[in-house]
Amino acid sequence: MSLQYRAEETPLARSDRGADWFPKDFAMRGWDGDQHPPKKRILLMGLCGKSSIQKVAFHKMSSNETLFLESTNKIYKEDISNSSFVNFQIRDFPGQMDFFDPTSDYEMIFRGAGALIYVTGAQGDYLEALTRLRITVPKAYKVQPDMNFELFIHKDDGLSDDHKIETQRNIHQRANDDLADAGLEKLHLSFYLTTLSKVVQKLIPQLQTLENLLNIFISNSNIEKAFLFDVVNKTYIATDSHELCYDMIDVVIDVSCVHGLKEDGNKTSMAIIKLNNTTVLYLKEVTTFVALVCILREESFEQKGLIDCNFHSIHEVFQVGVTSQGSCGHHTSAPSLKALTHHGTQWRNAI
Amino acid sequence: MEESDSEKKMEKENLGPRMDSPLGEPEGSLGWVLPNTAMKKKVLLMGKSGSGKTSMRSIIFANYIARDTRRLGATIDVEHSHVRFLGNLVLNLWDCGGQDTFMENYFTSQRDNIFRNVEVLIYVFDVESRELEKDMHYYQSCLEAILQNSPDAKIFCLVHKMDLVQEDQRDLIFKEREEDLRRLSRPLECSCFRTSIWDETLYKAWSSIVYQLIPNVQQLEMNLRNFAEIIEADEVLLFERATFLVISHYQCKEQRDAHRFEKISNIIKQFKLSCSKLAASFQSMEVRNSNFAAFIDIFTSNTYVMVVMSDPSIPSAATLINIRNARKHFEKLERVDGPKQCLLMR
Repeated sequence: MSLQYRAEETPLARSDRGADWFPKDFAMRGWDGDQHPPKKRILLMGLCGKSSIQKVAFHKMSSNETLFLESTNKIYKEDISNSSFVNFQIRDFPGQMDFFDPTSDYEMIFRGAGALIYVTGAQGDYLEALTRLRITVPKAYKVQPDMNFELFIHKDDGLSDDHKIETQRNIHQRANDDLADAGLEKLHLSFYLTTLSKVVQKLIPQLQTLENLLNIFISNSNIEKAFLFDVVNKTYIATDSHELCYDMIDVVIDVSCVHGLKEDGNKTSMAIIKLNNTTVLYLKEVTTFVALVCILREESFEQKGLIDCNFHSIHEVFQVGVTSQGSCGHHTSAPSLKALTHHGTQWRNAI
Repeated sequence: MEESDSEKKMEKENLGPRMDSPLGEPEGSLGWVLPNTAMKKKVLLMGKSGSGKTSMRSIIFANYIARDTRRLGATIDVEHSHVRFLGNLVLNLWDCGGQDTFMENYFTSQRDNIFRNVEVLIYVFDVESRELEKDMHYYQSCLEAILQNSPDAKIFCLVHKMDLVQEDQRDLIFKEREEDLRRLSRPLECSCFRTSIWDETLYKAWSSIVYQLIPNVQQLEMNLRNFAEIIEADEVLLFERATFLVISHYQCKEQRDAHRFEKISNIIKQFKLSCSKLAASFQSMEVRNSNFAAFIDIFTSNTYVMVVMSDPSIPSAATLINIRNARKHFEKLERVDGPKQCLLMR
């Protein structure tokens, strides 16, 4: 069960600087007015386990099925482009790749990458991983200084929580010491116990706008919390994670898979879950890949009409977002924000 | 109901389903007072040491998640638990530790005690076992004892830990084992299932097992059928409330996925456990898309119901009202069959 290899998209702007995919002054985090938003590249490096992580997060494989994945021995490129906001490419490097080899073309590998994720196990092998990290990170930083550097500590369920925290602290300490030794104190290395959500969030340029939108929606609809969720990749697009939401979305998707028809991709258009403590979880599909998840009280849910009406505005924003992918992404979200406020105020006054 | 000396021994871990007691008594209390009218059915759980018996019952009856079962130790001799099921049915589970010394005992000094009055024998085989001969030998000894003491008992063979087998090999290996077991079990008949605590196959096996133990299952199905036809549902399922095992169902329309029952059991049970971590419990759920609407709701005091509708013109409110009205009818059914007085733990 090896990763599927998909042909890489033709790069748009080719400079005559040889191996560059994009011109050097191209800002990775903004969208250039005339072009389609570039695919952000995420580089996955480190010892074995990262293919498992990718498969579990992006291909809905349960963690037990990854036992039988063969180890990667080539560089695989994969496009995760099935969502209007989550649009990036993962380059998975084999665990055995030798970065000591002076002929490796670092320019080519690191240029234009949005994030470098280094994966290490939480058990004994992390020392070796740190050695490699010590060599890889400075090289990457030299080529692409604005890259995000993330260190994933591959969770092992067998370890007790205390042990995990202890190990994480050790790794954290050593990695930072190594960076300091290399004179790279300014480089920020983030540590995670395997979650891709946070990495993805850092790469979405419209994050701030979306968060503002959600805050307005929340206050006008009298709900407690709302999240935008990419249902395919199971990552949060805006605001913090809430554990019950993950479970709720799982439940809803799984029930849909069992009973829905396969032809339309099993998307859920709406789901309501009521708990015995007057909490209601309300999920509504925004686009094929994105859902809005709300947490509210049963009393607020009695005004479902208000919520649905305000939801309509969010839905519109996403329609706008999709059609404007060919042009400037930044400017179009502002007018929609106004529409939402207006709507909300209208209803509020009416009640 | 006869009780032997060893049964009066401790009930170490009463792994009964967690239910709120109006009297505020602690869970797993040893002070169960069961009126004589409650139906008690004896279920033997046997198999070699480490085959997964205790893990299985912890997941089904005691709200363990698969990962939690790592901390279970070897069962010493026989562990008894009384699991209340559907209100008036009590499953008397004998989890017999599988270490050789105990096994030898079961067939000699404890033989009559253990194998008498058995309704269901569940024998668990570890698919990875390197001692197939020995496993079969013990199994046959069990069958001999059953034949002598409880010849009408239903026999279930679970080929367990299938997750450790490569996916493409699973069907083949299971078929082989099933053939062997059927052959060895003659003249008795056995039902074989392949199981793993990591997926829904566990629920399929245990659903089939408890189905054999429910006294009024035909009547339940008839009523469910009427209900389904009246509300124009595609399918109606009834789940036992604590374990979420499917105990009855009726389908009006041919459904796509033959494994949907156990999948739903598994899915909902996991969700229930997540909710309980936040000290909340799940009450109802509605999932819709353009092709179907599924409603899961608390039904009677011992059951949950799931209604699947594929007619998009029927509004949610209508189905919810129908479910509410049916509830009263099914509650009455349960009370008629059950004991007249309340169980102390209710």
